[in-house]
Amino acid sequence: MTWDVVIGCEVHCQLATKSKLFCSCSTSFGAPPNTQVCPVCAGYPGVLPTLNGAAVELAIRAGRALGCEIQDSSTFDRKNYFYPDLPKGYQITQYNRPICLGGSLEFEVDGQGKSVRLTRIHIEEDAGKLSHGPGGTVVDLNRAGTPLIEIVSEPDLRSADEVVAYLKSLRNLVRWIGVSDGHMEQGSFRCDANVSIRKGTDEPFGTRVELKNLNSFMHVKKAIEYEVARQASELDSGRKIIQQTRLWDDRAGVTRAMRSKEEAMDYRYFPEPDLPPLQLPDGWDSVPLPELPAERVARYRDQLGLSAYDAQVLTAEPDLSAYFEDVLSTGANPKTSANWVQVELLGRLNADGLSATESPVTPDALGQILARLADKKLSGKLAKLALARAYEGEKLAAIFEDLGEQVVDPNAIREPVKQLIEDNPAQVQKYLDGNQQLIGWFIGQIMKTSKGRANPQVVKSVLTEMLEATRE
Amino acid sequence: MTIHHQSATQLTRIICAGDISAYEVTTASLEQIQAENPNLNAAITICAEKAQAAAKRLDESIGRGEIPGPLAGVPIVVKDNLCTEGVETTAGSHILRGHIPPFTATAVARLVNAGAIIVAKSNLDEFAMGSSTEHSAFGATKNPWDHTRVPGGSSGGSAAAVAAGWAPISLGSDTGGSIRQPASLCGVYGLKPTWGRVSRFGLIAFASSLDQVGPFARTAQDLAAALQVMAGHDPHDATSTAYATDALNTALEKDIRGQRIGICPEWMSGNGLSTGVADTVSHAIEVFEKMGAKIVEVTLPKTQEALAAYYVLAPAEASSNLARFDGVRFGVRNEANTLPEMYKSTRGTQFGDEVIRRILLGTFVLSDGYREAYYRQAQRVRGQITHEFESAFADCDLIASPTSPVIAPLIGAQTDPLAMYRMDEFTIGANLAGLPALSIPCGYSDSMPVGLQLIAPKFREERLLSIAAAYERHAGQPGVAS
Repeated sequence: MTWDVVIGCEVHCQLATKSKLFCSCSTSFGAPPNTQVCPVCAGYPGVLPTLNGAAVELAIRAGRALGCEIQDSSTFDRKNYFYPDLPKGYQITQYNRPICLGGSLEFEVDGQGKSVRLTRIHIEEDAGKLSHGPGGTVVDLNRAGTPLIEIVSEPDLRSADEVVAYLKSLRNLVRWIGVSDGHMEQGSFRCDANVSIRKGTDEPFGTRVELKNLNSFMHVKKAIEYEVARQASELDSGRKIIQQTRLWDDRAGVTRAMRSKEEAMDYRYFPEPDLPPLQLPDGWDSVPLPELPAERVARYRDQLGLSAYDAQVLTAEPDLSAYFEDVLSTGANPKTSANWVQVELLGRLNADGLSATESPVTPDALGQILARLADKKLSGKLAKLALARAYEGEKLAAIFEDLGEQVVDPNAIREPVKQLIEDNPAQVQKYLDGNQQLIGWFIGQIMKTSKGRANPQVVKSVLTEMLEATRE
Repeated sequence: MTIHHQSATQLTRIICAGDISAYEVTTASLEQIQAENPNLNAAITICAEKAQAAAKRLDESIGRGEIPGPLAGVPIVVKDNLCTEGVETTAGSHILRGHIPPFTATAVARLVNAGAIIVAKSNLDEFAMGSSTEHSAFGATKNPWDHTRVPGGSSGGSAAAVAAGWAPISLGSDTGGSIRQPASLCGVYGLKPTWGRVSRFGLIAFASSLDQVGPFARTAQDLAAALQVMAGHDPHDATSTAYATDALNTALEKDIRGQRIGICPEWMSGNGLSTGVADTVSHAIEVFEKMGAKIVEVTLPKTQEALAAYYVLAPAEASSNLARFDGVRFGVRNEANTLPEMYKSTRGTQFGDEVIRRILLGTFVLSDGYREAYYRQAQRVRGQITHEFESAFADCDLIASPTSPVIAPLIGAQTDPLAMYRMDEFTIGANLAGLPALSIPCGYSDSMPVGLQLIAPKFREERLLSIAAAYERHAGQPGVAS
């Protein structure tokens, strides 16, 4: 039988602050172990946390972009458990009164609009990292105390594909507004998924299983699909689903039980006495938010006349969208720009594994090429050539000088056309006998002798006129 | 009189005048400590070399004409749960043997910046959990007035040090009475400031929402000077405040006529209160009245539940605060084959019984299924007690009571933990409500000192100091134990 799938997500997103949540240690990635550690983030006796205001600002920005109710007053709690990567023996988090409540994210799955409600967003600190080796286990506390937000969704997702689309959209948003760099491979964007199935959409929710260790969108998709199939097979064969946490084992392609509800940790939450309630100052909402992806899609579609597809592609990623915006700001035609960025530029960038910010052709250079195209100083073909050469690193001025300007004056073309007609009486006769297709051959010849500079439309009209004139 | 037995204020005056060097004062203090500590056991670490070096530097800077701080050359003793950079800080526990902090507690640093010189780190009940300083990994401290008795606790070493004349000022921490009770039992002043008045950065936490750092002294003026230096916002402690300290300056000269002192009848009899203590405290209150204070009756029925609420909340926070002592990063580790075994062995053997008792208690009251009945209920009671104090302060400016129901018990006499906990009956309320409170030496019972507790509204420490100074003008300064 078919099952209705119900999924909610918990996303841990590292905030893009320079320093940690409760001390001034750096958060930069990849430093040698335990070089970004101080007595505070190492949990030394006697230290106290002091809240990083920049982290709060980013959490608020995320909450506003997701339509959450930002709480004027929120509080911190301690989540207690023992583990060597958790220096204080507790994690400072927001359990009872998080900074953001509610909100939602709208996105598209296979061209269909989808909205997922959010439960909450709260601020918390990350733990350190353990490395297991032949000589034993070592602790690296560089990451301990790094600021995170946890974005918790309602169980509104219905398939692995929806989850992946939701996560991609959410990741794009947090990167877009500068809240996080969203690097999944560096652990700065991590997802846990709560998966359950039920017989029909009217049925109550089934027993849920929490999936962890989903380190890429591909893992998310495979793990959920595996888990849905596993749960269906359990229920189909009359067994029950056990509430538990399961880890995705990508090598084996299966989820494995980590701990059951009975073994669930008792975190003994209680209010963090070392931090006063977080009271937002007046005017916290006066800083304008940048134009968000959904708003930009609407503007591209409704005001610039781009197709829905183009609008989606050009806003799917903050770097590319910023690039496109910069091209537009040179005054280039939106539709032409959209075409050129997607067809001419993006293909090259993707092939070379470059992001839009790393493009060898700057938005301004592309704007100049498109301006020459619009002025008919370059033919389409030459403009593409100009882009290709600029991409290879050639200076734009040199390219333009070399290519020269397109010939659009019909009188300047009459002489070579006259010569062509005289030199090819047989072809002319065939044309006059009705082989109209030959016009292409004539155009090609003129384009060749003009080194591509002649405007093909002008060439065609001069050719037609002069060929017809030979009938008399 | 030995030179370093003068008040801190007087010492700074004569050092700055060039009558005596800071080095001489420090050396005199150190000599007494070295002579008496083997018997008194009030110090865990004696900072002889560092203290003498600091005193020399101070003398040189005074010689160069630099302006000395308000506590220049004053020897101070610091409770060993306050971190001191480069000096072992044990919190009275085996688990922190050899632990040398990389930073100094803000309260201590401020005193040192004002010219004070740390001569010793004092003994305490392990992690400040206890009321007798018998629960220290480094042995019990003796009461300077009678070496067969305890000095109180948990800041017993600091109270004993000032009472014995080792230093005019010492520092303690007070979570449920740990400054006031030993001050009472040792016959010195002990002040627990308003929660948030003095930075807790560098104080090894017992119960963060109740802990507060404060001074011991033998004169009201020294107490005020120490508080003045330590108070104020600290960027390292988000719960510290920038509340003004101006009133502290003029508090000592202030006439107490018309001050309304509240007396709570349920605190003046019963509850294990000894007759000797009750009579001594009542007599002191009569003195206040003679000096023009107005005695009014207030009622604080909810404070009957303070002890119960405290012994849920304080262990709950302690169970979390002490989780970091896991043998991974600092202090002592018992090697074992697996991680859980290492945790169990280290924490099971390096913590003392009283600490383990409170960690277990705290873990239990926070656990799923019990949190509502214990932790949350205790939080509610705490709120009610806070409210009750606020209401009481509508009718009075201060509240007076005995500090401890009894004089210092004999060493080894208290075997029942509950009996020990009950010694904090009168002091715990101020911690739960975050109020400033002071123990004033107010006489003797059976030749042992008795303390009177004054509690004021938040950030009104000046009221406590005004009464203390006025009483001191009447009764004289408390003397060095002999």
